Amino acid sequence: MWAYIVRRILATIPVMAVVALFVFSLLYLAPGDPAAVIAGDQATPEDVERIRASLGLDRPYLVRFGEWVWNIARGDLGISIFTNLPVSTMIAQRVEPTLSLCLVTLLLAISVAVPLGVVAAWKQGTLIDRAVMGFAVLGFSVPVFVVGYLLAYVFALELDWFPVQGYTPFSEGFLPWIENLVLPAIALGAVYIALIARITRATMLEVLSQDYIRTARAKGANQASILFLHALKNAAVPIVTVVGIGLALLIGGAVVTESVFAIPGLGRLTVDAILRRDYPVIQGVVLLFSFVYVLVNLLIDLLYTLFDPRIRY
Amino acid sequence: MDNRPVLLDVENLQTHFRTMDGVNRAVDGVSFSVRSGETLAIVGESGCGKSVTAMSILRLIPEPPGKIAGAIRFGGRDLLKLSDREMRQIRGNEISMIFQEPMTSLNPVLTVGRQIGETLRLHQGMSAGKAEERAVEMLRLVGIPEPGRRVREYPHQLSGGMRQRVMIAIALACNPKLLIADEPTTALDVTIQAQILDLMRDLKTSVGAAIVLITHDLGVVAEVAERVVVMYAGKKVEEAPVGELFRRPKHPYTQGLLGSVPRLGSSLTGETTRLAEIPGLVPSLKQKIPGCVFASRCPKATDFCVAVAPALEPKAPAHVAACHYAEKEAA
Repeated sequence: MWAYIVRRILATIPVMAVVALFVFSLLYLAPGDPAAVIAGDQATPEDVERIRASLGLDRPYLVRFGEWVWNIARGDLGISIFTNLPVSTMIAQRVEPTLSLCLVTLLLAISVAVPLGVVAAWKQGTLIDRAVMGFAVLGFSVPVFVVGYLLAYVFALELDWFPVQGYTPFSEGFLPWIENLVLPAIALGAVYIALIARITRATMLEVLSQDYIRTARAKGANQASILFLHALKNAAVPIVTVVGIGLALLIGGAVVTESVFAIPGLGRLTVDAILRRDYPVIQGVVLLFSFVYVLVNLLIDLLYTLFDPRIRY
Repeated sequence: MDNRPVLLDVENLQTHFRTMDGVNRAVDGVSFSVRSGETLAIVGESGCGKSVTAMSILRLIPEPPGKIAGAIRFGGRDLLKLSDREMRQIRGNEISMIFQEPMTSLNPVLTVGRQIGETLRLHQGMSAGKAEERAVEMLRLVGIPEPGRRVREYPHQLSGGMRQRVMIAIALACNPKLLIADEPTTALDVTIQAQILDLMRDLKTSVGAAIVLITHDLGVVAEVAERVVVMYAGKKVEEAPVGELFRRPKHPYTQGLLGSVPRLGSSLTGETTRLAEIPGLVPSLKQKIPGCVFASRCPKATDFCVAVAPALEPKAPAHVAACHYAEKEAA
């Protein structure tokens, strides 16, 4: 088990190296020049060239890549072209809102979607089942920003139950913190809930037809115990897998959601950095997202052993 | 005569399934009773409704699409009239069940101890710790070596025979009055089959439970049953004490079943009799058959059989059969 964990963590190094190469190359190939953006409309070609030299952008590709990787290896993500702040500082300032949003969405999604999927499978073919599946189709097909603006309009502007936008740090109290996150989490979670509910229903349907469910019934177990102990634990592996895969959706969606609800998180930081061609920041954020994703997948693989004793590493 | 009190009395049991193309009459008017401590076998080929009969007693048939009618009296109560909650108190407690597939009938993600303990916690309100102690005892009782270690293991760590022993331990944990065993040995090796049958017989005497044994294996029937019900196409066609049935089968179907059993050593004695078979297939249960259900495959069938269904009538003491042409013996 521990050997497996160490092996998996070591295996993230080549994965991250490939990710780093891709991120760096994509930005290198992408059109747009930060020097031109900094220099402004009135600048002469000489000005732009001077700024480019001062940023080190005139050096060959491989030299720049090597230097970047070497710095990352030492824990230095570089310095923002625009703010002149270290990228790691800028990320650190923006981590909390995004982390909060993702965690709240994750919790909300799992606690809503899993019971919905279980009940839909139990009541297969009934009105409840169809309602859940109808909602899932809706959740899949309506874009995050539409759900976001709709929620903000109804529950913030019209009903005035929640703030329209913004973010309050956790340090200022749980209530103000969660108040600001409810609507964004629902908007961001809609797709996620749809995905988890669907896979839960499908897996549960299969599990509920198994012989051991009949055995549980023959023992006199009640419906709740059959659904949530005997069946759900058997259905856990595919559900946990989808929760992990869905995390990528979450990170992508967070960028849009943060824009809609004006949350000063990593998503906003990314969008701003892209608009300004702030290469070090973009690279740092994307690298961070990839790293989190790789770690989450490791965590999921380890969770499998918790739910299914037949899986051992 | 047998004077043990009647424990289970099934009367005119009808289990029907609504399907896309009509109603499937899986069990159609079956009646039988089981006395305390008795072993009753229900035999018949695949699809005759014997498993559905077993599942109907515990109401394990999903309703809908299933529909159970008739009366199932157990200890003075009609099980079909009980609420779901009352029924749950009977399942696994007063009536328990063993299934055919030990490989798939145990929950793969729960420990053996947890699965045995579950019934004890449900029906006897035992604490988790006490239930596990009792689970260890049960494992020892069903002959599993190192029960203290096995109790913490998962089904995939056990062999098929051991899993069936675990199923028996689960079924007997609450000292049920009735044990329904649906093909308990079919999926096992022959040597393991014998061990499991021995175990069931031993435990029956020590626990004192009545057994309803569902099987298609006449060898098993001869070995453990006291009385036999023969089913065909959802109906009971014959019932008799086991010795009587094997010696003097009345119904042509029962005769066919007994004739299709290969006899060990018959080639050594120079007999080269061909193994008898019953021609044809079980009729579809979706159409109502006006006459005898076995008429289409019966060597003795006449036009009368096709037109008029024979009633179950006594042909000998404690021996009933549903055939117009089975000879009657004086009581």
